[in-house]
Amino acid sequence: MGLLKIENGVAVNIEDIPLLTFDEFKDKILKFTKTGYVVQHFAVPCYGIKGDTTNNKNNNENNNKNKTSYKIYTVLRNDGGLYVISTIVGNSYESLSQYDIKFHMFEREIAEQFGIVPKNHPWLKPVRYHKNYTGNPDVFGNDYTMPIPGNYPFYEVEGEEIHQVAVGPVHAGIIEPGHFRFNCIGETILNLEIQHGYQHRGIEKQLITCKKKILPPLIESVAGDTVIGNSICFSEAIEGLCDYVANEPLLNYRRLLLEIERIANHIGTLGGLAGDVGYLPTASYYGRIRGDFLNMFVFICGNRFGRSSVQPFGVPFKLSDSHIVELIRRFEKLKKEVIDVGNLMLDNPEVLGRFDYTGMVDTETAKLIGLVGPAGRASGIEYDVRKSFSKAKNIYDRGIELVVRKDGAVSSRAKTYFYETLDSIEFCMGLLKVSDLKINSNNNSSNNNGNSKKLEEITLKPNSFIITMEEAWRGELSHCIITDENGNIIRYKIKDPSFHNWTALELAVRNEGIYDFPLCNKSFNLSYCGFDL
Amino acid sequence: MNNILSNRIRQGYRTVEFPSDNIQLPEAYRGRPILNPNASDEDVQKVASLCPADAINPDERTLDMGKCLFCGKCQSIKQNFIRFTRDYRMFVLKREDLIIKDTLKEPDTSSLKTIKKLFGKSVYMREVCAGGCNACDADINVLNTPVYDLSRFGIKFVASPRHADGLVVTGPITKNMELALMKTYDATPSPKFVVAVGTCAISGGIFRENEEVVGGVDKILPVDLYIPGCPPHPFTNLYAFVKFFK
Ligand code: SF4
Ligand code: SF4
Repeated sequence: MGLLKIENGVAVNIEDIPLLTFDEFKDKILKFTKTGYVVQHFAVPCYGIKGDTTNNKNNNENNNKNKTSYKIYTVLRNDGGLYVISTIVGNSYESLSQYDIKFHMFEREIAEQFGIVPKNHPWLKPVRYHKNYTGNPDVFGNDYTMPIPGNYPFYEVEGEEIHQVAVGPVHAGIIEPGHFRFNCIGETILNLEIQHGYQHRGIEKQLITCKKKILPPLIESVAGDTVIGNSICFSEAIEGLCDYVANEPLLNYRRLLLEIERIANHIGTLGGLAGDVGYLPTASYYGRIRGDFLNMFVFICGNRFGRSSVQPFGVPFKLSDSHIVELIRRFEKLKKEVIDVGNLMLDNPEVLGRFDYTGMVDTETAKLIGLVGPAGRASGIEYDVRKSFSKAKNIYDRGIELVVRKDGAVSSRAKTYFYETLDSIEFCMGLLKVSDLKINSNNNSSNNNGNSKKLEEITLKPNSFIITMEEAWRGELSHCIITDENGNIIRYKIKDPSFHNWTALELAVRNEGIYDFPLCNKSFNLSYCGFDL
Repeated sequence: MNNILSNRIRQGYRTVEFPSDNIQLPEAYRGRPILNPNASDEDVQKVASLCPADAINPDERTLDMGKCLFCGKCQSIKQNFIRFTRDYRMFVLKREDLIIKDTLKEPDTSSLKTIKKLFGKSVYMREVCAGGCNACDADINVLNTPVYDLSRFGIKFVASPRHADGLVVTGPITKNMELALMKTYDATPSPKFVVAVGTCAISGGIFRENEEVVGGVDKILPVDLYIPGCPPHPFTNLYAFVKFFK
């Protein structure tokens, strides 16, 4: 049928992935995305990205031969499963975004990374401001020896009463850089345009050139608040490329950490929302309670963000019985506080007066742009990786409910965060009380003939393609790895959920007062560094 | 209203006494490292080759705490060269002091007479995130929560560089943020200071060789205070700020 059904975390041979002519490819995926969604959509040069660097003897030859051909891989999903498809394009192709807006950011990214032009893209502009990997002419005509970001003709609404507001890259609070450009009439926002790239540090390029030992900390530094999410996607991808099957205790352990990460961040978001409407009790109590959850990470692995705790083939830090008892004690105590403090805010009419009907994204729009995560669920999209594609679906099915609301307002997102938090707390307590978390050795390998594996020493399966997904706290996070004939990584693609969701913020603030922007922004709480890579 | 009040009472008083000898971080926490000058060459080599940050110079037998990620990987093998204490008190005034042979000595801050005189009673800082992973920023931000309560020391983060006495910078300084950082610096009135928080800001961290980054604040700005860690624990930041200004 032209689409290859694949599974999360299971490698497939590149040759098995259907390679269609562009027209067939276009028809297939546009038909699919009428009801389905895009997980990944990225390009790989046919000669490999490493290009002019070493370790490929035929490099020059290949270089000259294929400099203008690129393979595009697309991973799609619907309720039935996960599919991959590919095509080959030259220096330009017909844009898919003009037919389906879900592709708009992906196509801009491909244009920026490789200098490939999507013809008739409705709004072709840079994603992160960097020179492309190929040395092709820059699609946007930028000169990257100059400081570029923000140097771009922003969308302008014209009229006598119209004024623009420029915010960032350096924002008022202690947060990451990004640029927001508003076109307003009076206090009402007519249009918001978001420009990123300030956090771009070249991670995807570094991932394929760096030594293997740097991979884990590099992955942990993709987004400091999603350390566990990214590390799980990375670990499961590497494991999948070695036919290593993680056993149940390992899956339990990783999901325990993932849920702690979710709880800490959701609580941080809720505290931030309270702060943005000046409701100080919840703002300050949740500020402290978030810290109590982060301190669980210190207790387990020594770092407040869970760094070093999730790695391929096992765990560096064991959970002893006394750890488990102590964690249960903390969860029990905090659970009550989380409920009380959350209800304090969500029962307060003044707070709800600000939250309700603010920053709305209706279900239709959410589907159109492919909104993911709690923001998607708050807009009526019944999708949670934990309940569908996760490697730990069986574990999650025992405790995690799908929290879905329908209004897509700030209040819906706040309640989604709140109920998901409570759900995750119960889930963690359940895991700690009844599940097997006993992982025996540092490099656990009980199901792999007892040979312990080390990241630095393994060879990955050659000519393979693998995708991993997990529901990080912001939503569907996905990593994709492609290896060459020697098992070297030639493409590592990371897609943070924010890649889908920033567009929703642009839409949510239209016709809102500009004073509500911080509130709307916080209610999505998206990643800058995870987006910018 | 009753609810708010009863909750307030239940929350109690949460601010940690500081500075205090009673602050005990968990056993797993990796604080100030200690090197063993008598370790075998083999051990030094082993650690140097396994360290993802290339923080160890095996010839000099030194550790660069401005590159170390405190990842603990060197603790997963048998070696006698490096171990981590639970001491969170780490900061230096000069970059080279982070390259240690045995352990970090606490700098004498009494010499910082001007800083203390100018800023000791009240100091406003502007934070600039320039390409980090956001964890450093998040752990600076928590200094404003009731637990750490930074403002009790007269130290405050402000929104505008024009209101600030100095900058706190995180991240390896991406090329895309360089201009914005310089503008923010220029907008801060003199006399001013710059604090580099975290491995990225100190040395560029694991990104230091990427062409997309400058690779550390002191490549483009004079840095007065370095706080190591990936990210530094909030207590580490708190301690450094209090020692530096008070
Ligand atoms: S803790 Fe520091 S020295 Fe040890 S391996 Fe990690 S980066 Fe290297
Ligand atoms: S030093 Fe570590 S925690 Fe801080 S920004 Fe860099 S990678 Fe993130």
